[in-house]
Amino acid sequence: METIQLEIDGKKVEAERGTTLLQAARKAGVEIPTLCHDDRLAPFGACRLCLVEIDRGGRKRLVASCAYEVEDGLVVKTVTEKIVRIRRMIVELLLAEATTGPLEVLAGKYGLKGSRFKGDEPACFLCGLCVRYCAEVKKKDITCFIGRGIGREVAFPSDLARSACPLCRECLPLCPSGAWYSLYLKGYEGMPEETGPRQGA
Amino acid sequence: MAKLKSASELKKYRQDILAGRDPDRPCVTICLGTGCLACGGEQVHQAFIDEIARQGLEDRVDVRRTGCHGFCERGPLVVVFPREICYLKVTAADVPEIVAETLVHDRIVERLVYRGDDGKKVVHENQIPFYRHQSRVILGANRLIDPNRIEDYIALGGYSALAKSLFVMTPEEVLDEVKRSGLRGRGGAGFPTGKKWETTRDAHGETKYVVVNADEGDPGAYMNRSVLEGNPHSVIEGLIIGAYAIGARHGYVYVRQEYPLAVANLTVALEQARDLGLLGDNILGSDFCFDVAIHRGAGAFVSGESSALMAAIEGRVGEPRPKYVRTAVSGLWGKPTNLNNVETWANVPAIINRGAAWFGSIGTAGSKGTKIFSLVGKVRNTGLVEVPMGTTLRQIIYDIGGGISSGKEFKAVQTGGPSGGCLPAEHLDLPVDFEALDRAGSMMGSGGMIVMDADTCMVDTARYFIQFLSEESCGKCVPCREGLKRMLRILTGICAGRGRPGDIELLEELGEVMSEASLCALGTTAANPLLSTLRYFRGEYEAHIKEKRCPAGACKELIRYYIVPEKCQACLICARSCPAAAISGEKGQVHVIDQSKCTKCGVCLEVCPPRFAAVAKFSGKPVPAPVAAGTRIQGRK
Ligand SMILES: Cc1cc2nc3c(=O)[nH]c(=O)nc-3n(C[C@H](O)[C@H](O)[C@H](O)COP(=O)(O)O)c2cc1C
Ligand code: SF4
Ligand code: SF4
Ligand code: SF4
Ligand code: FES
Ligand code: FES
Repeated sequence: METIQLEIDGKKVEAERGTTLLQAARKAGVEIPTLCHDDRLAPFGACRLCLVEIDRGGRKRLVASCAYEVEDGLVVKTVTEKIVRIRRMIVELLLAEATTGPLEVLAGKYGLKGSRFKGDEPACFLCGLCVRYCAEVKKKDITCFIGRGIGREVAFPSDLARSACPLCRECLPLCPSGAWYSLYLKGYEGMPEETGPRQGA
Repeated sequence: MAKLKSASELKKYRQDILAGRDPDRPCVTICLGTGCLACGGEQVHQAFIDEIARQGLEDRVDVRRTGCHGFCERGPLVVVFPREICYLKVTAADVPEIVAETLVHDRIVERLVYRGDDGKKVVHENQIPFYRHQSRVILGANRLIDPNRIEDYIALGGYSALAKSLFVMTPEEVLDEVKRSGLRGRGGAGFPTGKKWETTRDAHGETKYVVVNADEGDPGAYMNRSVLEGNPHSVIEGLIIGAYAIGARHGYVYVRQEYPLAVANLTVALEQARDLGLLGDNILGSDFCFDVAIHRGAGAFVSGESSALMAAIEGRVGEPRPKYVRTAVSGLWGKPTNLNNVETWANVPAIINRGAAWFGSIGTAGSKGTKIFSLVGKVRNTGLVEVPMGTTLRQIIYDIGGGISSGKEFKAVQTGGPSGGCLPAEHLDLPVDFEALDRAGSMMGSGGMIVMDADTCMVDTARYFIQFLSEESCGKCVPCREGLKRMLRILTGICAGRGRPGDIELLEELGEVMSEASLCALGTTAANPLLSTLRYFRGEYEAHIKEKRCPAGACKELIRYYIVPEKCQACLICARSCPAAAISGEKGQVHVIDQSKCTKCGVCLEVCPPRFAAVAKFSGKPVPAPVAAGTRIQGRK
């Protein structure tokens, strides 16, 4: 593995080619907020919280650090005024969907006292962790996305769940919005207590 | 048909086609593009076949089906050669007269030719003002070609650019010609085509792909469709030439499911090209081998985005992914892949045949060649328009489009498709090219152009496009999905009179984050409809929010209809026409609208005789209290 050098928030950092800016930053002790990232899964680039600014020969750009691979001599800033403005808006948008622990921590970090957007029912963030964990780690492809645009949803089809889900429950703690647990239970509605999803949970 | 094995065999084949044709022989061409088909083109075509047979003229007259001529609004179009007499809005019932008069006696059927505002008749298609101000480099051949007959394309010199590329030029020279021509992508971003080709050519790996983007998901746009339907070989020839320059052996055409005629014509064209040895192994007897497959897409707007399109061809979900390595370097199955729009590819044969210098002589400093626009909305001549880059909006809308159809004032023109922008009258003299449109806060996009008049509300227009995008975004990333959702709610609220102070600022904040942070170009441009209308029509937003007034009188929740008692002649016309039965009145009594029943359909305003003009539309101010019952007597004047 080839090692290359880059600069993150003024620090000289070494990283292996093929790894991402997020990995390099974390190794160097620089924290970048994320919601849709999991080391075990392929980059998804959906929450956009991990945006950082890269500078290549004076040309500045925002990129998703969870997906962008390190480059030799790259200058990276993980916090700028613009980045903070963007992260604050993303958190504010999501706060209107559901208020959960991880999100409140972020809200506190970006000085948000609440959201200007009105929420309806608590809703999923569509981070895709449940979907992708099921597909990429468990190779099961039970959980899936349906619909598109503002109509996009996560679905856990009952028939598939009952026939193919090994009840590993490993997806449950991944969910940042809290929506997954109820979707999961709904997928097993009517199943006997002893074999159902709550058993042993 | 035996395969053609060299450039000279192709030349000979063409000469034989031409030799078999008598230029003086009458030929009736009938447009069977989607527009003309929709208004009865097929029946007209059949009527010609029947009538010609009935009069025993089969041996003296040819009949040819063609693709779209562009002037779809006046379709079905019929052009009779050799004199090129153009008949508009032809019906099957007109056919016997055309056959008897024009084909037999060489006389013109006056009532079917174009008639200008001044009453002057125009017989020849290219003399009609709609066409006279255009330069139809790409679309011009449609009227001369039956898309299902490769002979028609070859007769016009088709595939000679391919022969020239293969036998006279090296791949490097072809690439260089395209680079020097200054051709830029017609699919939206205007990326220099030669530069993109070069990236794929220089990328690592033996296997490379070339792809045609025919997703064309913009509502109302049909320029790609018309080229594919009407002249599929021009796209195929361009693609083969590109593959030769880039070093690709496989190509794909990604075409939306909703374009069955394009798929059908393309399928036939590919088969015919294969039969003639213009596709497949050893093209025209050279060492070059290349073939093309069609991929039918599900037809989502976002599938036209390059990474989504390639995912779909690979059989995965057609949604954008974070791509920091360009698809030109790592595209289909991780191989270097060059994606271009239909119109971009169709420009290539002309560039090779006529040279980079010729192409570069058309257009502006930064944008070369012509561009096809679909001109729609409140304009008199709607249709497909092809003009040199740099033509002004005014020339397109007034000289070609014939001005505003309603006779009202021009208000704005929306360019660039759903995520384009709205430009006001002060920009009518803007020369249309990539840079000028960008600077003005809009964009070229793939060439949509929607003309709006004084009756169009700009807040409602923004709401319409934001709604389209909110349904057509893939919904993957937060700024785009949640941003569009919130924008749509706020805009819907403003149009319904629920706008609050601070809404405009919040919309601007959302717009900035969407533009900066979204994953793909749908999201980064999605705020354009909002931002451009805010830039030029901020007053309209403020009127909706502060005064609850829609200046265009378009937002239903902000308007009231009112019958002015002094003007009402108690004629009962409106009362009888009102679908909501909201108007009370009888002979001799001033009519009154029950506001609680009125659905704001506007019928009363339309039907009230202009000499009375008693119905008024109110916005931003309350309607006066109705005249008390019992005092509604109307003495007829
Ligand atoms: C949401 C979205 C939709 C698009 N739709 C199309 C399309 O329908 N046709 C097209 O040619 N390009 C479309 N594009 C642009 C393509 O991603 C790509 O830039 C283009 O096909 C490249 O060809 P060109 O260089 O010849 O323009 C779209 C882009 C986005 C972001
Ligand atoms: S249910 Fe939870 S884990 Fe699954 S996509 Fe929604 S927010 Fe993410
Ligand atoms: S910007 Fe919109 S269309 Fe593009 S990936 Fe994000 S949600 Fe999907
Ligand atoms: S606007 Fe329509 S519904 Fe209202 S009074 Fe007039 S005709 Fe009736
Ligand atoms: S963590 Fe990178 S986009 Fe979500
Ligand atoms: S379809 Fe006939 S002119 Fe367009």
